[in-house]
Amino acid sequence: MDHLKGHYGHEASAKVNQAVYIVDAARTPFLEAGGRPGPFSAADLATACGAQLLARQPFAPDELDQVILGCSSPAPDETNIARLASLRMGCGDRVPAWTVQRNCASGLQALDCASVEIALGRADLVLAGGVDAMSRAPLLLSDDFVEWLSAWRSAGAVQRLRLLRRLYSSRLAPATGLERGLNDPAAGLLQGQVAEDLATRFAISRDEQDAWALRSHQRAAAAWSAGRLDEIVPLVGPDGRLHVADAGVDGDVDAAGLASLKPCFDRKYGNVTSGNSARPGDGAGWLVLASADALERHALTPLVRIVDCAWAALDPVATGLGPVHATAPMLARNGLTIDDIGLWEVNEAFAAHVLACLQAWSDADWCREELGIDCGGKAPPHSRINIDGGAIALGHPVAASGARIVMHLAAAMRREGARHGVATLCIGGGQGGAMLLETVA
Amino acid sequence: MNHYGTHLRIERDWEGVAWLVLDRAGAQANWLSATMLDELGEVVGMLEADPPSGLIIASAQAAGFSPGADPDEIDAAVTPQAARALVARGWAVFGRIARLPLPTLALIRGHCLGGGLELALACDYRVVVEDPATRLGLPQVRVGLVPAWGGMRRLPALVGPSLALELMLSGRELTARGAWKAGLADVCVPPRVMEAAARAVVMSGRHSRHLPWREVLKATLLRRFVAARARRALAPQLRADRYPAPFALLELWVRHGGDTLAEPDESPASMAALLRSDATRELRRVSALHERLRRGGRVAHGVGHVHVVGAGVVGGELAILCVANGFRVTLQDLRQEAIAAVIGHAAQRASELHPDDVPARRELLDRLVPDGAGHGVRRADLIIEAAVTVDVAAKRALLAGLESRARPDALLASHTACLALADVAAGMHAPARLVGLHLPVVQTATPLVEVAAEGPDAADAIARASGFVAALGKLPLAVAGTPGFLINAVLAPYLLEALRCIDEGVPAAAVDHAMREAGMAVGPIETVDRLGLDVLQLLACGLGLDSLPTALSEAVAAGRLGLRSGRGLYEWRDGVPLRDAGAAPDGVAERLFARLGAAARDALSRGIVRDADLVDAGLIAGAGYPPYTGGPMRHAARHEDRT
Repeated sequence: MDHLKGHYGHEASAKVNQAVYIVDAARTPFLEAGGRPGPFSAADLATACGAQLLARQPFAPDELDQVILGCSSPAPDETNIARLASLRMGCGDRVPAWTVQRNCASGLQALDCASVEIALGRADLVLAGGVDAMSRAPLLLSDDFVEWLSAWRSAGAVQRLRLLRRLYSSRLAPATGLERGLNDPAAGLLQGQVAEDLATRFAISRDEQDAWALRSHQRAAAAWSAGRLDEIVPLVGPDGRLHVADAGVDGDVDAAGLASLKPCFDRKYGNVTSGNSARPGDGAGWLVLASADALERHALTPLVRIVDCAWAALDPVATGLGPVHATAPMLARNGLTIDDIGLWEVNEAFAAHVLACLQAWSDADWCREELGIDCGGKAPPHSRINIDGGAIALGHPVAASGARIVMHLAAAMRREGARHGVATLCIGGGQGGAMLLETVA
Repeated sequence: MNHYGTHLRIERDWEGVAWLVLDRAGAQANWLSATMLDELGEVVGMLEADPPSGLIIASAQAAGFSPGADPDEIDAAVTPQAARALVARGWAVFGRIARLPLPTLALIRGHCLGGGLELALACDYRVVVEDPATRLGLPQVRVGLVPAWGGMRRLPALVGPSLALELMLSGRELTARGAWKAGLADVCVPPRVMEAAARAVVMSGRHSRHLPWREVLKATLLRRFVAARARRALAPQLRADRYPAPFALLELWVRHGGDTLAEPDESPASMAALLRSDATRELRRVSALHERLRRGGRVAHGVGHVHVVGAGVVGGELAILCVANGFRVTLQDLRQEAIAAVIGHAAQRASELHPDDVPARRELLDRLVPDGAGHGVRRADLIIEAAVTVDVAAKRALLAGLESRARPDALLASHTACLALADVAAGMHAPARLVGLHLPVVQTATPLVEVAAEGPDAADAIARASGFVAALGKLPLAVAGTPGFLINAVLAPYLLEALRCIDEGVPAAAVDHAMREAGMAVGPIETVDRLGLDVLQLLACGLGLDSLPTALSEAVAAGRLGLRSGRGLYEWRDGVPLRDAGAAPDGVAERLFARLGAAARDALSRGIVRDADLVDAGLIAGAGYPPYTGGPMRHAARHEDRT
């Protein structure tokens, strides 16, 4: 096997249950996906971010064993975007790279896949992360239009004249991929309508949602000015324009402004507004994951250890409760309670989702009925959740969010001296994912 | 019919197509020598006697098809008879190839220049191969000669006189795609199908494309008019008494349609006269000297990742040069806006370099990684310090810090226009690791980079640095690490003298005008502004040139530091100085040239470069010294001969 060592970095081995460490991480600023295509494609974002992260490592990019990237909506010319990014970042021809998709948790899925590869001894050093350029979500042709086109190709001149008459039908209009991606095909509802549903079921008022959103903005603004969002590396457009901060971090947001917004999903009677839900965005994040062997080989300092990762599925209409479904059993199987978790990152797809989770968690009966376990009738305290703001303020480039909350949690845990931390997201389509981290002594 | 000569071989494939493969023995390229042309003549004789179904001419040399006529044989053609024989042997055999009663094709990969392209033009078809090394052109005027083997006749017939004259008068070389777009090549193909394409095209029976009627008129009735217009369009510094070749080319085309043998030897436009002229001799010498510099850069440098410290004008330009030539760069600067500006410029350069290749543009930009905190130092193969400061202490501290974090085998370089290398290296543990680099700023896209090192242990560092500079597509010139290295040490006294002219009341624009008239690419006052007045002051200090002109000290005191500060001796707008033309009093050019010549001799006597040839080569490539003179040392020597 010695001849393989030179090419693939490490020997094939049958080690199992290797410890997995997070060594370093970086993300781009999250840019606003506002109507028109942004300056960067998803592959551009992943490349710019990863190249800067890799430049500061003591190992060379081609010493990575794998590159794993989550992406929920790559462009048509970005199939297996992980491989494109890997080559463009200078990892060379011989680093295998693969792409994973699990909607909002695509980034977290990439980290879980990397952990498993390392735990099983199949890899020692993996670059994993998530990326989405939602402003560039492709225009999709409707099924009617696709049929029309194939009819046009095979038609004669007379038939074509007839076909032309059908062209202006609204049924032929293209749909944006973004619209489709946010529409939950399992529930047949827009994600925002799912949030409305939860808000009603848990009697969460508009004021509560807006208050959560306002606090997210205030915490993010404070974190930005105190330099606590230092996981961000700059982006430079081909026009030489510099992007250093998340587009959504806005110190000007106030309660009155949030209250004045109209609901955007159930327009007449709803409570979910663009102000109390995460804005789609463009962004990328990468983490370097390593085994104990790799730490030693490259003299790397670990930030945290990935202890566990859990996934759960539930009624698609109750998607927002995914974090509880994933986290509660994960804590139980690790012998931990809510009180043992010093810091939480709960992805703020909608303020209503997070608030519904907290209510469910504090309801001992709900836990017993829905999850079949005893949660102690206690939810994580607001003061320990998203202490530097969440996706409502920072933006939610779907697949990048999983990478963001894990890397920020790791940094915050070290800063705050928290031993354990949990990062968790709800996943469109009725799922939840959670990852448990532990500070390395 | 298989035949193996010394320099070529010919064989027929299964379809009866003859493949004639050029492979000059004992050389790295197919320089077309007399013996090679003789062998070609023999083969053409065989083909005339027993014609195959088609002929494909290709090369077995990795470097390319052919770089042109053998330079040693051009050197030897000193008499009019020898000049005539040199022209006749190519003209005759290429003419016979053109008249062969069978389809002929040149398969071109790598260089195809001068006589090499004239051979390809004698064929019916040309297939060019997409390869970054593929280059087609007739650059003879650059060394004071003209395409005499039929190129001057056949190129206008193929692509039309407008483009043909532009290509021949400028010596511009085309890429494979460029040649195809210009109509010079019939098809442009990737290497994997080049042989199949050549076989298909040569047997296709297709007609070569017809010129538009306007171009046909220009080649015939309007020829005189077209030539007159081309003459007017020549660059102003090309004067017939200094650079006769372009003017001879136009006359030969108008009078004989490119048959140089028809021109009597006494005529100044004849090949005999061109080969005899001072300008041609000097241009050919300078070209050989630049080739000598290029050879000095054929060294393995082992550099893949370059860390550049400082995103100012020079640091940015170096970073862009690196990524444009395939290196990965981490660019360090605390000012993120400065890094962003460099990336913006790199994007512009990428569009210029790869106008229709989006992936290539993207890869170029991917290689340029912003690195505000300077993490890249730890892994880089080469670290270039190009901080925007002339403060020795600051540079010293910076370099000591870089050295402590760099890999032990990494090469360290400091870019400086005015400091002594030993001063900059003083804080380092191993000063012999440090090389000085200097990318002259006199002209944009200067082809030369000075490489300086101190001490006997520096040989390895200077060799690697020279290899790296050559990989950037620049000419490396090894110099001693004294203040200003060669270029600025020679320029400084000359620039100060020019400033003294201003002190004496001559307007700045008039001084520049006089020197440009005298052949300098850039006037001295503009050079001062581009260099920076503070840099010149420091340079003067370092060189012990104490009495500074008032124009300099006043401007520096007023904070007018040149292009960098938007104002120096000129106002600058968008990188261009605002000025009106004006006439200088007689003798200004002679006085300034004398000062520059003295400084050049002084630099040589101080051993900054090894010999006088390198002074000439350096000042022509690095300071825009007029090439027809042969450089400052040669210029002065000839001047003395005459007086």
